[in-house]
Amino acid sequence: MEMRAIYAECLAKLMEADKHVVLLDADLAKASGTIKLRERFKDQIFDCGVAEQNMASIAAGLSSYGFRPWIESFTPFASRRICDQVAISIAYAKQNVKIVGTDPGISAELNGGTHMSMEDIGVLRSIPELVIFEPVDGVQLRAAMPVLNEYPGAVYVRLFRKELPDVFPEDYKFDLFKADTLKEGADLSIFVSGMLTKDVLDAAEALEKEGISCDVLNIHTIKPIDREAVIASAGKTRAVLTVENHNIIGGLHSAVLEALAEEKIPVKAVGVMDRFGEVGKLPYLREVTGLTKENIIKTAKEAVALK
Amino acid sequence: MNENLREIAKDIRCDVLTCIGHLGVGHIGGCLSVVELLTVLYFEEMNIDPKEPKKAGRDRFICSKGHAGPAVYATLANRGYFDKKELLTLNQGGTNLPSHCDMNRTIGIDMTTGSLGQGFSCAVGVALGSKLENDGATIYTLIGDGESQEGQIWEAAMFAASKKLDNLIAFTDYNKLQIDGTVEEVNGIAPLDEKWRAFGWNVIDVEDGNDIDEVSAAVKHAKLGIGSGKPTMVILNTKKGCGVKWIEDLGTANHNTNVTEEQAKAAILEIRGEA
Repeated sequence: MEMRAIYAECLAKLMEADKHVVLLDADLAKASGTIKLRERFKDQIFDCGVAEQNMASIAAGLSSYGFRPWIESFTPFASRRICDQVAISIAYAKQNVKIVGTDPGISAELNGGTHMSMEDIGVLRSIPELVIFEPVDGVQLRAAMPVLNEYPGAVYVRLFRKELPDVFPEDYKFDLFKADTLKEGADLSIFVSGMLTKDVLDAAEALEKEGISCDVLNIHTIKPIDREAVIASAGKTRAVLTVENHNIIGGLHSAVLEALAEEKIPVKAVGVMDRFGEVGKLPYLREVTGLTKENIIKTAKEAVALK
Repeated sequence: MNENLREIAKDIRCDVLTCIGHLGVGHIGGCLSVVELLTVLYFEEMNIDPKEPKKAGRDRFICSKGHAGPAVYATLANRGYFDKKELLTLNQGGTNLPSHCDMNRTIGIDMTTGSLGQGFSCAVGVALGSKLENDGATIYTLIGDGESQEGQIWEAAMFAASKKLDNLIAFTDYNKLQIDGTVEEVNGIAPLDEKWRAFGWNVIDVEDGNDIDEVSAAVKHAKLGIGSGKPTMVILNTKKGCGVKWIEDLGTANHNTNVTEEQAKAAILEIRGEA
């Protein structure tokens, strides 16, 4: 099932249960999978048209009136386009708004460089009090949606729209502020967020065969990062690799480096190396940005060699 | 007519001068230009209760030109939301009265504003919220003329008309001055009335937005628009720095300027007609 379908299904449940849960979009409801909810929730879904800044501040106004607004757009327009509105109307004003950015990083595929946000986490991560969450599979997204809705503050949700392989079991217990250990190991810590998690698990399996045992943690909440889990794992393995579908500046890699600044542990990165995106299908984009299982294996070995 | 309101407006104007004079600097021009509007809204028109500042279904005022915070605070203090003595804490470290309006710090403030353009969209969101709750509240909001250069103002204008938010009454403080020069020199917004009409709003033009009688009549007129299916814009032709001659004469320089305690005291005498 596509992530957007799960997202829409969860939102429908939340709106059904509480008429104060409202959804605003900016002419991308078809892309985010929520268009089919419109008939059912006429008084809870509002299309703001191609005016994302207005959408963000309207959501803040609704929040001040006791509503629980969700807003959605593609990642670049849900982050850099509305950065000041997220900072002031939403975060500074302590409004309860959930901001959903779809098609993160290279997953924007054929929309290309203009729509390929390599910097959304970086742009938003320095805004105080804003929580940044990136689900890794449908199981986690399903578990997270009610938690996000209940969380009394602003959250940015970085949502891959299409299908992702399940990483978590059906009985998965979600904690917004705790990282999940997917695999335990002794030689290297791999911290991963979002769509590359399954690739990391496959890479870890291959590395295991070559005698490198990996601790794999899914960092679903990049801000505030689970420092305790990051430091505990890195302290155990003494070598770290971060893997993300985002510029290595400002995203997960930066967040991990900040957490480990005093730990004297080498940290290598697989991520977008400070470059813009371009058009292409995922296999091509993975190759040109180095977001491949092969590159994860190669860089993991380099990280271990630095010990 | 409205003699009492005129006296209240004097009190508010004097309190704005006292608190900015105490601090030594502030957005005096754009505070003094909106005193009559604040007086009419808070002392005549709005369904509010200072004893229950968060009461559900109350009318709201959202000061999108957030730098007029001191004028709103002086109004709230005169209306009984908090002690007038607190006005002297304006912009001091740890104050509840920051230069720009903050709903999390100040009793009676309904929205955090100051990044221009955003408060207006927030007001539109509040008006939508009130419609959804069907609570009969009227949502008032004030924008600056310089602020009207923000694209977000027009995004919000479009949305409010499109969603038929006739419970929204907006005001433009059309004092025609901004920081770097006159509004027309910097980036002209005229003809403002035609722009708002073209965006689907009722428009009321007030010749003297610093005349209590005219402002009071205009707000009553604007309320007739509730039920019309259109939001209403009241364009207040005001004077930046209104009420104190030397501040008025500063022109564009009165946006954010030094005011000494002595100057404030002299200005208060001028406002009271005792100079």
